[in-house]
Amino acid sequence: MLGQLDPVILARAQFAFTVSFHFIFPAFSIGLASYLMVLEALWLKTGEGVYANLYRYWLKIFAVTFGMGVVSGVVMSYQFGTNWSVFSTKAGPIIGPLMAYEVLTAFFLEAGFLGVMLFGISKVGKGLHFFATCMVALGTLISATWIIAVNSWMQTPAGFAINAKGQFVPADSWLPIIFTASFPFRLVHTVIAAYLTTAFVVGAVGAWHLLRDRDNPGARKMFSMAMWMAAIVAPIQILAGDAHGLNTLEHQPAKVLAMEGDYQPSPNGAPLILFGFPSNDEARVRYEVSIPHIGSLILKHDPYAPLQGLTDFQREDWPPAHIVFWSFRIMVALGFAMLGVGLWSLFARARGRLYDWRWLHRVAVAMGPAGFIAVIAGWVTTEVGRQPFTVYGLLRTAESHSPLAAPAVAASLIAFVLVYFSAFGAGTYYLLRLMAKAPERKEPELPNLPQRAAGITPAAGVGAPLTAGE
Amino acid sequence: MISIDLTIFWAAIIGFAVMAYVVMDGFDLGIGILFPSFSIGDERDQAMNSIAPVWDGNETWLVMGGGGLFAAFPLAYAIILPATYPLIIAMLLGLVFRGVAFEFRWRDAGHRALWDMAFSLGSVVAALAQGITLGAILQGVRVENDAYAGGWLDWLSPFSLLTGIAVVIGYALLGATWLIWKTEGTSQRHARRLAFWLGLGTLAALAAVSAATPFLHYDYWRRWFALPGVLLTAQVPLLVAICAATLFWGLKRDFERLPFAMALALFLLGFLGLGISIYPYIVPRAVTIWDAAAPPESQSFMLVGALVIVPVILAYTGWAYWVFRGKAGVHGYH
Ligand code: HDD
Ligand code: HEM
Ligand code: HEM
Repeated sequence: MLGQLDPVILARAQFAFTVSFHFIFPAFSIGLASYLMVLEALWLKTGEGVYANLYRYWLKIFAVTFGMGVVSGVVMSYQFGTNWSVFSTKAGPIIGPLMAYEVLTAFFLEAGFLGVMLFGISKVGKGLHFFATCMVALGTLISATWIIAVNSWMQTPAGFAINAKGQFVPADSWLPIIFTASFPFRLVHTVIAAYLTTAFVVGAVGAWHLLRDRDNPGARKMFSMAMWMAAIVAPIQILAGDAHGLNTLEHQPAKVLAMEGDYQPSPNGAPLILFGFPSNDEARVRYEVSIPHIGSLILKHDPYAPLQGLTDFQREDWPPAHIVFWSFRIMVALGFAMLGVGLWSLFARARGRLYDWRWLHRVAVAMGPAGFIAVIAGWVTTEVGRQPFTVYGLLRTAESHSPLAAPAVAASLIAFVLVYFSAFGAGTYYLLRLMAKAPERKEPELPNLPQRAAGITPAAGVGAPLTAGE
Repeated sequence: MISIDLTIFWAAIIGFAVMAYVVMDGFDLGIGILFPSFSIGDERDQAMNSIAPVWDGNETWLVMGGGGLFAAFPLAYAIILPATYPLIIAMLLGLVFRGVAFEFRWRDAGHRALWDMAFSLGSVVAALAQGITLGAILQGVRVENDAYAGGWLDWLSPFSLLTGIAVVIGYALLGATWLIWKTEGTSQRHARRLAFWLGLGTLAALAAVSAATPFLHYDYWRRWFALPGVLLTAQVPLLVAICAATLFWGLKRDFERLPFAMALALFLLGFLGLGISIYPYIVPRAVTIWDAAAPPESQSFMLVGALVIVPVILAYTGWAYWVFRGKAGVHGYH
């Protein structure tokens, strides 16, 4: 039975599954690493114990998240070869070096300083420990930069030539390959997304504990910090998303038209389709609910500007509109919901009721997972919208895959699903359990703190840098 | 001309990354393989604590080996991975379990035994898959039109199973000798006993693989036994004998670091032997390093970075090991 399945579909499912799972963890750990850096900096600057406690509280959560990010990431670095070997041969000379630089400049940096960050509190001085935290945070950002450069090159390829073997090779300089047209937009949007994701998790945990004890100093501090972040960054994210969309319209118009559900060209200005069910087969949106001219207002900043339709493109170059139409709407709706929470918190703060407005706290708890959903929806939009190509306009997905045997891919897909759900399911459970515990006045250190048996006693070790502020 | 030099350079860098991976993650995985033989409590906790701060860095060399291969020899990457597909997936899944267990076992005392088992099984599967992959590459894969042309179980053979077992035993030796260095008391005595038997096992495995390899292809045979090459290749078994003797002597005399150093030396020699067998192929007898090479622009772009950054990486990795020097205690969890 397995032999009859289409191995290419299976390979795509496997890649989508593993990369979606992977991205959940970096989306959180990029933001959390920066947050930890900020907490430690604030502690070093003010000496207030609450920052040291929050640092320890989130450090335990960071350790679990980061571990899952690493193991799911190692899987990704081999998925290109196992599933997309033709793509790897052809695009390897371009994207391989970028990914190698990611390893050299980001992964080693993170890994090298992670041990000291997690376990070295009592082994190195305060300054050095803060330095390690900064290096881990910097590593996550460098990592995002390179991998987004790779992804952006696949979306808006530039700076290449094609050699006799049909490979993409660098034309002369690497700058146009790294700084492609969509790279700055995608990088900004993704990093902000990671910060928002983290802010809403932190906010939800703070709110959860405020609902139980509105005087818990740790819960108050983290809730306040997260709500500042939401209020400031959610609007920026919306502006960044708008700019990103305009850029995509310029370079990948079919993707935006699919996101908008615009099949027919609109010479006098496109409507904004709010809801409906796009169908590529019928080339129209069924049960469409739309507002005239707003589509052009958003995409062209002019209500009467003409807009193309998908029918202006070859039928075989259309992305699956029904998916991107909905994934895009989910992301945008969540973006506005985040903005709403941010504004609400400003209002509550102005009225001096940030810590006792129960409904604000309940909504903040409900919004805890919002960032993850928005992030996955965003990537689905980006990646499904790029179809049917792996290198946009140049290499089709159907021509990129490995010589695959359906039974091998199907079996491994099942194995991935089972292993990921059990391992990462358990991890998520442990994370929730850690978060369900209220931040204490004196957070204990990581339990598995390796220490020298001879010489330093555990007591002396714990007393070292981070608790002194209490 | 330039491009030829670059290609050799890159082969050396990737060889270095794989070697670094094997020695560093080798002892981590080895500890995982031996884990069930440690008693619950102190022995296991010490063993875990001795690698918790460094395992991520160790595993990064695997990403470097794979990523470097992708970048510098995309064709080889695109042939070897489909050819060994089930092994690679098994290795990755094994590493997932191994990696998450580091944190999970402390988070959930009720299920610690379960995560300890996941740690151990994950390590065994990853090590076995790596060893079988090695054997599969050595015995050669079918390539047509620059793509893998075999079935999805071609890698399975008595020879590849032999290399799989050899790698498991070898990693276990690395793990045991690492523990002699990093632990004390009963843990250390236990590790020393294990190391003795594993040392014998590693030598037997090394001998079996070395004896079988020349029969795979006439090329391997000629390289090892024909003049003038034999003058060079004969040194390898000689050095192996010296290192093995030193290992056992060190174990007997209760040295703490020497056994680990000698286990590393044995691995280095094995690796050198492999290099002698394979060079200049990257997929034996099908694709040479020059066939698989990325264009010089790609290789030179990365070389600049590698030459500057790898030393920096080695420096701060060394620093991280130094921070956690000395014996790994059992204390510290509340
Ligand atoms: C989840 C939330 C969050 C995240 C991921 C970050 N921050 Fe932040 N930060 C806040 C949440 C926050 C805040 C908006 O809540 C703070 C805390 C108290 C305040 O007034 O603003 C703040 C304050 C704050 C301050 C002022 C400190 C002071 O002097 O009082 C600086 C310099 C930064 N941040 C810098 C950063 C940088 C460089 C980041 C990442 C690269 C970063 N923050 C990530
Ligand atoms: C197919 C694409 C991807 C591949 C091949 C990949 C590969 C990897 C690998 C191998 C690791 C583990 C590194 C280690 O050993 O320490 C990792 C972790 C990480 N990745 Fe990815 N990755 C991909 C997509 C992404 C994306 C899209 C982002 C962010 C925008 C990202 C950000 C990170 C970060 C920050 C880490 C550090 C660990 C963590 O934070 O959880 N990755 N990735
Ligand atoms: C109203 C607000 C938003 C708008 C208008 C918007 C717009 C966009 C657009 C147009 C894309 C597709 C880019 C492409 O063509 O490749 C995109 C992708 C994405 N979005 Fe949003 N977005 C918004 C809110 C959010 C929020 C709140 C998050 C997460 C917290 C998020 C996370 C992402 C991610 C991770 C991607 C994929 C990476 C990328 O291509 O940048 N977005 N967004």
